[in-house]
Amino acid sequence: MNDTPLFKVSGVSKFYGQRIGCKDVSFDLWPGEVLAIVGESGSGKTTLLNCLSTRLTPTAGSVEYRMRDGQFRDLYHMSEAERRFLMRTDWGFVHQNPADGLRMTVSAGANVGERLMAIGDRHYGNIRATATDWLSRVEISTDRIDDQPRAFSGGMRQRLQIARNLVTGPRLVFMDEPTGGLDVSVQARLLDLVRGLVNDLGLSAIVVTHDLAVARLLSHRMMVMKDGYVIEQGLTDRVLDDPREPYTQLLVSSILQV
Amino acid sequence: MATPLVVSEVFKSFTMHLRDGLKLAVVNDVNFSVASGECVVLGGPSGIGKSSILKMLYGNYAVDAGQILVAHRDRIVNVAAVDPRTVLDVRRHTMGYVSQFLRTVPRVSAIDVVAEPLLARGVNAGEARDKAAALLAGLNLPRELWNLPPATFSGGEQQRVNIARGFITDHRILLLDEPTASLDAANRKVVVSMIAAKKAEGVAMLGIFHDEEVREAVADRILDVSAFSPRRAAA
Repeated sequence: MNDTPLFKVSGVSKFYGQRIGCKDVSFDLWPGEVLAIVGESGSGKTTLLNCLSTRLTPTAGSVEYRMRDGQFRDLYHMSEAERRFLMRTDWGFVHQNPADGLRMTVSAGANVGERLMAIGDRHYGNIRATATDWLSRVEISTDRIDDQPRAFSGGMRQRLQIARNLVTGPRLVFMDEPTGGLDVSVQARLLDLVRGLVNDLGLSAIVVTHDLAVARLLSHRMMVMKDGYVIEQGLTDRVLDDPREPYTQLLVSSILQV
Repeated sequence: MATPLVVSEVFKSFTMHLRDGLKLAVVNDVNFSVASGECVVLGGPSGIGKSSILKMLYGNYAVDAGQILVAHRDRIVNVAAVDPRTVLDVRRHTMGYVSQFLRTVPRVSAIDVVAEPLLARGVNAGEARDKAAALLAGLNLPRELWNLPPATFSGGEQQRVNIARGFITDHRILLLDEPTASLDAANRKVVVSMIAAKKAEGVAMLGIFHDEEVREAVADRILDVSAFSPRRAAA
C-alpha cells in the first residue's frame, strides 16, 4: 500500500453568515481511492465539494494536495494562477450539468483538445489524435468529433465532459452528481464507464451523490452528511450493510427494491 | 506461521433507530480460530447469526466489541478496528469471500468478473483470463456464456461465476456463504473437490453449508453458532 495520502483535509468549515454550509470536516484521501459523499439536498455535500476543489473558499480549515514533486501544498496558500493550473492539469471536475463543464459552441474535439493546449500541447495532429482516442474511450463515435455538444444527447454530453477532464491524465477527479439528470439505462452505462476508467487509470476521486447505488458501485469509502456535518463514515459496504446512525438507517431503508 | 484467523470475544448487535432504538443482539462472545488447511463449518438453525459472523469477518458489519485477527502480509491485523483502506487491502490479498448471490455490474462479462480479483493484484490480463477460463470450464459453465454479463444467468450459473471469482486467487483465508446452494449434484462435487484442493494448499476456510452431503465432505469441524446466541443465554 502506498503510504502517503494524496489529499489531506483538516477542519474544513464553511459558514454562510450564521448558517452552516459544512462544519469541521477532516479526512485523508489516498491514491486510487474513491470517496463518496452522500446526503440529501441541503446537507452540505456540494458546499464541501466546492471547498475541496477551490471553487469556494472555506471559512476555516486547511486542504493540502500532494503535488507531482511530492510536496504538500495548501490550496488556499497558492496563487490564483497556480490553482488554475492545477485545476486544468492534475485535477478534473465533472459537473452534474455537462453544459457547466463543456463549451457548448465549439466542437467535441476542441472540447477535449482544449485542456491539452492548456498544458502546452501545440501540435494539431497530435491533439486531434488524442481527442479521437478519448472520444472512443468514452464510447462516442469518432465521426462526431467535429460536432458541437449542443447536438449531443445528455448521456453523450456527460461522457464528453468526462473525456475532457481525463485527457490530461489527472490524479484527482471531483464529480458532482455525475449521473444526475440521466435516464437509468444511460446512468448504468456511464457508471460502468467511470468505474472502468477509475480502475484502469488508478485515479482518486471524490464523488458527490444522493444515490446510494452509485456510491456502492463506485466508491471504496463513504461519508454521510446531514445539516453540514459528517455524521457517519467508513467502508462503503459497512455503511450500507450496517448503518449505525439514525439518519443513515433512514437513507438506506428508503431505497426502493426493484 | 501465525494462525490465519482468530476471532476473540466478539459481540454484535443491531440498534434499529427507526424502531424506537430497539436493540437486537445477534451474537455474544464469539471465540474461535481457523488453522491453515482447515475447513470449519458454521452450524445451527437459520437466523442464529452464521452469515452475520461471515459479514463481520469480511468488514461488511461493524462489531460492538472484540477482535478479528487476520494474518495479513507479514503482520496481524485486527479487521474489527482498522481503517477502510486496510480492510480493502486485506480483501485484495488475504481474505476472499464467496457470497450466496452475485452482485452483478452492468456490461461486465462473466470471464472478466472472475478475472477481476487477479487484475486487482496486478496479474496481467492474459494470464488472469486464462485462469478464469480454466475455472469456468472446470465448473461446467457453457463456453458461450463466458463473454456475456451474468445478470441474465440462472441462479446456478451465477453461483458458479461467483465461486470461480472467489477461488481464482491464492488468498490464505476463504469465507464461503452457501456456495453450493443452487448447484446440481455434479457441480456440487466439483466445488467439494475445489475446496479439498484449497485445503491441500493450506488455505483456512470458514463456511456455511446447508447441504448435509457437502458439509460432511468438506468439514473438518463444525462450530455450533447457537453457543454464541444471546437468545439461548437468556432462556
